[in-house]
Amino acid sequence: MAGRVEGKVAFITGAARGQGRSHAVRLAQEGADIIAVDIGKQIDSVPMPMATPDDLNETVRQVEELDRRIVATQTDVRDYAGLKRALDDGVAQLGRLDIVAANAGIASFGPAEELSEEAWQDMIDVNLTGVWHTCKAAIPHLKAGGRGGSIILTSSAAGLKGYANVSHYVSAKHGVVGLMRTLAQELAPHMIRVNSIHPTQVDTPMIMNETAFRLFLPDREHPTVEDFAPVSQMMNALPIPWVDPVDISNAVLFLASEEARYITGVPLPVDAGALIK
Amino acid sequence: MGRVDGKVAFITGAARGQGRSHALRLAEEGADIIGVDICGPIDNLPYPPATPDDLKETVRQVEALDRRIVAAQADTRDRAGLQRALEDGLAQLGHLDVVVANAGICIPAGWDQVTPQVWQDTIDVNLTGVWNTVSLAAPHLVTRGGGSIIITSSAAGLKGLPFLAPYVASKHGVVGIMRALAHELAEHNIRVNTIHPTGVDTPMGQGMEHMFALINSKPRLAPMFTNSLPVEVTQPVDISNAVLFLASDESRYVTALTFTVDAGNTQF
Repeated sequence: MAGRVEGKVAFITGAARGQGRSHAVRLAQEGADIIAVDIGKQIDSVPMPMATPDDLNETVRQVEELDRRIVATQTDVRDYAGLKRALDDGVAQLGRLDIVAANAGIASFGPAEELSEEAWQDMIDVNLTGVWHTCKAAIPHLKAGGRGGSIILTSSAAGLKGYANVSHYVSAKHGVVGLMRTLAQELAPHMIRVNSIHPTQVDTPMIMNETAFRLFLPDREHPTVEDFAPVSQMMNALPIPWVDPVDISNAVLFLASEEARYITGVPLPVDAGALIK
Repeated sequence: MGRVDGKVAFITGAARGQGRSHALRLAEEGADIIGVDICGPIDNLPYPPATPDDLKETVRQVEALDRRIVAAQADTRDRAGLQRALEDGLAQLGHLDVVVANAGICIPAGWDQVTPQVWQDTIDVNLTGVWNTVSLAAPHLVTRGGGSIIITSSAAGLKGLPFLAPYVASKHGVVGIMRALAHELAEHNIRVNTIHPTGVDTPMGQGMEHMFALINSKPRLAPMFTNSLPVEVTQPVDISNAVLFLASDESRYVTALTFTVDAGNTQF
């Protein structure tokens, strides 16, 4: 049976691990080839370990194990020229572009008046400008294909609602929604659809670490995952503490596929009801 | 393996159009179906009503997919009759996982031409009928330990499309049902979402000549019906694919979503 995105090519940023790797694997399971990028190194203002080149190699291994092709490059979404080179190279090798998953993002924490200028700027540069760079590099390829396309921007529940101590993250993720809504209009005549996804907490390295737990449990010196679970669950309406990367990937897959051919401009929460709390 | 293998779905308005398409798409992916339809006239409808033969055709097409279907002629306004149909289906198919509250009517009219009967019929079918469907089915989902409720609203459930005042009111109203029940049923792992189509190529959508005359009489309002994507009308399967996604475990943590399948109409 043909996969749900058989023969399509997907460009995924932040593909070394976490949600990005999960998207690459899920789309490959359903027949897509992948153009993957990841920074693969640390940003100073980010308080938890970021992905490594080995993580990106592991994504490559998992996609190739599915008998799909993948072109992976270590590059930073803040570097437009480098990002464009990586994508152009991937399209040259794989022959086309159909799907864009602008997933790369960082987290850091602090009350607004205590955030460093560096932390603010890095956040806007990666989580908002990086998303625009991704779209800017990809749109000419989608248009050139003449087959339409699907752009999926990873926002957050924090892209539709405010949360304390992440003002820069909330601002960037809200900005992504504005970009989505505008691009949905600009690109509609070309049958290019643009939607955003709004996860609650996802079981990934960005969230599942002591530094992130301290955002949710400021009074604990060394909060554990067991401490985090009930607090995280309280933020969701459904009785679960967090969602898995594959839950986000299944939404990406649906939006990427022809099943969603007339869906555009949707902010799609995969948030266990966090936004109605 | 189908995407909703082993699940049972209760679908209202299943005789034709979107409802039949939902039954077939879910059956293709492994679900059994409990289907109801009024199969009869409602005053003032500008298109022919579904018939018992239409419902039989849905049965035939589901059975051709080797899935089971229990179909009954029932009016969503008649709570007792709807309950009998649902419980008969449950007795035969064993359990319930998915509810698709799809039955609806649409009678275009300028605001000053809306008769009390048109107002009441539209609210009764499109809003109270959805409430009957959902409130009768939810206890069975609670028993099952979870489930997915999908309510068919409309682009007119999010924006005030002209010449459709009772329809707009009813379709906004079901968003309220969805939002309230998403909270109340979350503790039971039951998800509640609405779908908001733009124009769909169905017998209802084909009965809108009067609507075009109304639009032509007020050309300033015509752009409200424009889709962003260069498509004038969507197909029933486009709505069914969204129903399938929301019905499946792929969306197990998606709830309280107003899901537009509208070619960008509400954003235009």
